[in-house]
Amino acid sequence: MSGNVAETAEKNVTDKQAKPVLSIRQLQMRFGGLVAVDNITFDVIEKEIYAIIGPNGAGKTTVFNCISGFYKPTSGGIMFGGADIAGRASHEIARCGIVRTFQNIRLFRNMTVVENLLVAQHAQLKTGLLHGLLNTRAYRKSEREALERAAFWLDRVRLREVANREAGNLSYGQQRRLEIARCMITQPKLLMLDEPAAGLNPQETVELDQLIRDLRDTCNVSVLLIEHDMSLVMEISDRILVMEYGQPIAEGTPEQVRHDPNVIRAYLGGE
Amino acid sequence: MRDTTKTKILKDAFIAATVTAILTVPLIGMRLKVESTGLTLHKDFMWPVIAVLVVFVARLVLPFLLIPKVSIPAAWSRKAADHRKWWLGAFVVLALVWPFTPLGSSTMLTAMTMAMIYVLLALGLNIVVGYAGLLDLGHAAFYAIGAYTYALLNVHFGFGFWEALLFAGLSAALFGILLGFPVLRLRGDYLAIVTLGFGEIVRITLNNWDSLTHGPDGINNISKPTLLGYEITRRARTEDGTTLWQALGIDYNNIYQQLVLYFIAFLLVVIAAFLINRLVKMPIGRAWEALREDEIACRSLALNPTMIKLTAFSLGSMFAGFAGAFYAAFLGSVTPASFGFIESAIILSIVVLGGMGSQRGVVLAALVLTLLPEFARGFAEYRMLIFGAVMVLMMIWRPQGLWPASRRRVELPS
Repeated sequence: MSGNVAETAEKNVTDKQAKPVLSIRQLQMRFGGLVAVDNITFDVIEKEIYAIIGPNGAGKTTVFNCISGFYKPTSGGIMFGGADIAGRASHEIARCGIVRTFQNIRLFRNMTVVENLLVAQHAQLKTGLLHGLLNTRAYRKSEREALERAAFWLDRVRLREVANREAGNLSYGQQRRLEIARCMITQPKLLMLDEPAAGLNPQETVELDQLIRDLRDTCNVSVLLIEHDMSLVMEISDRILVMEYGQPIAEGTPEQVRHDPNVIRAYLGGE
Repeated sequence: MRDTTKTKILKDAFIAATVTAILTVPLIGMRLKVESTGLTLHKDFMWPVIAVLVVFVARLVLPFLLIPKVSIPAAWSRKAADHRKWWLGAFVVLALVWPFTPLGSSTMLTAMTMAMIYVLLALGLNIVVGYAGLLDLGHAAFYAIGAYTYALLNVHFGFGFWEALLFAGLSAALFGILLGFPVLRLRGDYLAIVTLGFGEIVRITLNNWDSLTHGPDGINNISKPTLLGYEITRRARTEDGTTLWQALGIDYNNIYQQLVLYFIAFLLVVIAAFLINRLVKMPIGRAWEALREDEIACRSLALNPTMIKLTAFSLGSMFAGFAGAFYAAFLGSVTPASFGFIESAIILSIVVLGGMGSQRGVVLAALVLTLLPEFARGFAEYRMLIFGAVMVLMMIWRPQGLWPASRRRVELPS
C-alpha cells in the first residue's frame, strides 16, 4: 500500500520534471502513547496545489502543525529549501517561506485590516529602532512602501473598501481572504491553507477557488491545502493525499483518488 | 426569567450579608478591654448591624448600577479622543505654570517631583504591561538598578547626573535583557512570579552586599543634577565649580533648587512620553500589540515572540533606570528599602488604574495616586486599604482604566 503511494508520487514528480519544494519523509507525531500521525511521505512540487483530505481526526492538521513548527515531530524529515526544518521554531520556519492559515481564523481582531497586513511585514522591514525614533527618510520610505504593499494585497483580495475597519468586524468570507492576504504579503514559497472554505457560501467558495489558482499562477507559490469541501478539492488540486487514522491511505490525482477503493471505503464505510 | 434574576440577586444579598455578619460580629462587635478587674468582653453590635445592612443594600443595588456600564464611559472616551491635542497642550502649560502660582510651595514641589518619577516609572511599565501584555511584578528592581548605577558611578567615579543617566538606563535595560531572555518564554502567571522573585532578589542583594552598596544604610551624598553645566546646590562641590545661582547673580534659596529639580523631572517625562509615543506607532509597537492579541498568529508570520517581548521588556526597564537615576539625584541618597515589592505594586496599580496601553491615562493615574496621599495625610494609615478598594471598584466599573487610549490607527488613504 505505502509502496504504491510512493510510486505514484515519484511518477508525478518525474512527469512534471519539477523539483519538490517540500518533501515530507516518514513523518511521525506521537503524543504520549497516541500515534496521531505516522508514515506520512509526500512531495509538493513547484507551483502545485496539493491537498490533504480525510475524515475528521485523521491527523491532517497535525501534519500542518509539524510542518509549520507548532509541533516538533517525533521522527521523520521535513525538507524545505534544501534543509531539514523538522523541529525548528515556528517563526524560523515562517521566515524560510512557509506560511499558513488556521482552521479557526487567527486575525489580530482588534487591529484594522491594513494593520494586520503591516504586522505581517514585520520580518521583512529592515529599518531599526533608531531610524524610527528619529523618523528618518529611510524609515518613512519603508513605512510608505509597507503601506503600498498592503494596499496592493487589499485590492487583490477585494478588501480595499474595508481597509480601515477592525479585522474582527469583517464577515467570515472577508476574514478568510484577509488571512490569505496576510500570508501572501510575506512572499512565501509555500502557502498552507487549513480548511479555507469552511464556513463560506457556494459563491464565496468559487471565488476562493479562483483566488488560490490565481496566487499559484502569478505569485510563484505552491499551495498545500486541507479541505473538506470535495468539489473544491477535486476542482483545484493537482494531487491529493488521503489520510485516515493518522496513516496515508491513497495518493494521486483527483481522478485516481476518486476511484481508489480504500478512499471509497474510508468515506462511505463498508468492509 | 426576570423573577429568577430577582431571586438570585436577593439570594446573593443574603449571602453577602451573612458573610459580613460572621466577619464583623467578632471583629468589630466584640472587644476585649483591660480594666482594673481584669479582661472584660465588651459587646456593641451597632456597627456590625450597620455594616450588614449596608452590604445587604449595596448587594441589592449593585446589579442595577452595573447595567449601564458600557454607555457612559464609551461616550466619554470618544469625546476625549476628539480633544487629544487640546489636553496635551493644557497638560504641558499647567505643568509649567503651576509652580509660579501660590500653589508652588516647597511641599508641593517635592510631591510633584516624586509624582513625575512615578509617571516615568509607570510610562516604562506601561510598555511592558500595557502594550506588550506581559505581567511584570518586579519593575522596582530596574528602578533600583538605575538608582544604584548612578549612585555608585557618582560616588566612586565622580560621574555627573547627565552622563550617568545614560548608563543607568543602559544597565537597567541590560538587566532587563539578562532576566528577560530566559523567562520571556513563560506565559502570564509564571512570568509574573519570576519578575516578582527578581524584584526581591535585587532588593535583598542591595541590602546584603555591604562592600558595594553599604547595605541597609544605602549610599549618601549623591550629587544633584546640574543644569547646563551649572550646579544647583548652595555651594559648588568643587573649587572651580560655579553654581547656577552665582551665574544668574541671585541668592540661593532652597525652593529654587526644588524648582529646577521639578523641571528636570518634567523634562524627563516629556522626553519619555514622546519617545514611547513614537515607539508605539512604529513597526515594533504594532508587533507588541499583535503579540498581545495572538502569539500563535505572530509566530506563523515569522515574528520572533521572544525578541519582540525582549525589546518591550528592556525598553520598559530602561525608563525605570532613568527614573531611578533621577530619584537618586533628587534625594541625594538611596537605600534598598525604597525599592520593595510595594513600589512595584504601586507602579502596576498606576498602569491598571490609568488604563493599560494609555499614556495619558497612566500620567493621570500617577498624579492621582501619588498626590492623593499628600493631600489626605489624615488617611495615611489607610492608604493601602484605599488603594485596594479603588482597584476592586475599577475592575468592576472601568476595567479599561480611568482614561483609556483611543487606539491610534494606521489609516490607508483611499
